[in-house]
Amino acid sequence: MPRQRRPLDHPSRRDSFGSAPEDEGCASKLTQSGVGQVDFAAIFKAAFALVVGLDPGFLAIVGLSLRVTLSAVLIAGLIGLPLGAALALARFPGRSVVIVCLNALMGLPPVVAGLFVFLLLSRSGPLGPLGLLFTPTAMIAAQVILVLPIVIALTRQTVEDLWSEYRDHLRSVGLEGMRAIPTLLFDGRFALATALLAGFGRASAEVGAVLIVGGNIAGYTRTMTTTITLETSKGDLPLALGLGLVLIALTLAINAVAFGASRIGARYAG
Amino acid sequence: MMRDVTSILPLSLESISFRGEGRKLVDAVSLVVPAGGVTVLLGPNGAGKSLMLRLCHGLLTPSEGRVRWAASATGRAKRHAMVFQKPIMLRRSVEANIDHALAAAGVARMERRERAQAALGRFGLSERATQPARLLSGGEQQRLAIARAWSLRPELLFLDEPTSQLDPAATRQIEELLTGLVAEGITVLMSTHDLGQAKRLADRVLFLHRGRLIEDSLAEYFFAEPQTMEASAFLAGDLIW
Repeated sequence: MPRQRRPLDHPSRRDSFGSAPEDEGCASKLTQSGVGQVDFAAIFKAAFALVVGLDPGFLAIVGLSLRVTLSAVLIAGLIGLPLGAALALARFPGRSVVIVCLNALMGLPPVVAGLFVFLLLSRSGPLGPLGLLFTPTAMIAAQVILVLPIVIALTRQTVEDLWSEYRDHLRSVGLEGMRAIPTLLFDGRFALATALLAGFGRASAEVGAVLIVGGNIAGYTRTMTTTITLETSKGDLPLALGLGLVLIALTLAINAVAFGASRIGARYAG
Repeated sequence: MMRDVTSILPLSLESISFRGEGRKLVDAVSLVVPAGGVTVLLGPNGAGKSLMLRLCHGLLTPSEGRVRWAASATGRAKRHAMVFQKPIMLRRSVEANIDHALAAAGVARMERRERAQAALGRFGLSERATQPARLLSGGEQQRLAIARAWSLRPELLFLDEPTSQLDPAATRQIEELLTGLVAEGITVLMSTHDLGQAKRLADRVLFLHRGRLIEDSLAEYFFAEPQTMEASAFLAGDLIW
């Protein structure tokens, strides 16, 4: 069992390594008595059964993961696209410093982002009175912090390249400065879709941030990645593996969509 | 074209200069562009032809001197438009490219559609309306760029070496289009380094050399008897610097 923050009021938190099945909403489980006797064939079979059988507990975990990550990407997009475009067009002292910092933030370790949001939302923190710690909202906030730098940095790059190509024409028709942003965002749509997908990939794969601020509470803040962490250490490998399969499928889907977007974009851009 | 407003022409340049790279790239140029006809800016590379057009169109601000229009345009529409050497095509359909320029000029949606259709028809692009603009051939792209500028109903159209990247057939086509625009009453101010094109199109020639306007005469006189050594050398095909 990895060390993790947990709400004290939750009964199902008493599980420990290799414990018996408990009331966690995830019904079908293999009882593994120890890591030494793992039957991989049986584990895979059970994992597939979970995925194909659309187990409600399993679906709830996948659903929460998607809800948190998609919300985070949506919010990061709404903030990051216009901000990235504005940064591409604006000229101010210290601009290079801002750009370097944003590029660096793309590699911000998720646990650090989690820690930052945790400090903000913890009872004694500045936003403590909102009571958001260990809620999906807190997880969304933490993931927004992870995704936002990616969206801003990639948008800035895309829009800046586009602006250098379009500048003469846009200024000629009277779209100067910030008035050019809608055009540039629209015409960069394929590249920007890829930026959002990159953000989605980062958020859906991370475990550190959601674990810290969500608390991994069964049926409430337990996502695919935190469940995999927990169940693997508990020895419930089918559930971990089933979720792993879903995550891999998701990653494949993201890459397929990104590939498609760039192909369509190439066809449109000529 | 019918206009119920006073013309923005003549355009007057009052001793304009433009500094860059530590020197004067355009040096105290004064001239007047009245309504009608084709005025060609001629000169070797680096003479300042492109800069002159950009200064006139307002893409650049002169370091000294003033660009003055007879009447300032009201509203967002400028009533002068520009076509660039390399057509700048937005990543949208042919029709959407025109629609975008009209929207930027503040034209209402219904009227935009009408005017875009008219422009497509006028320049033989109706069948291409829904295609991505960037997949058109070079000649078609430049035609679209001119159609897009035309849809803005400019009184004065600036063209910066509009055919320098096109093959002879496409060049011919663009030249015919320009002749048509002039017949419609649009004033054309264009740059070229193609002497043949200047001879075919120009009513008046402005010869630029090292940022200075050293000759300003009717085309027939310019080509028959250039007044300066530099222009003579340029016409003879000798390199001048």
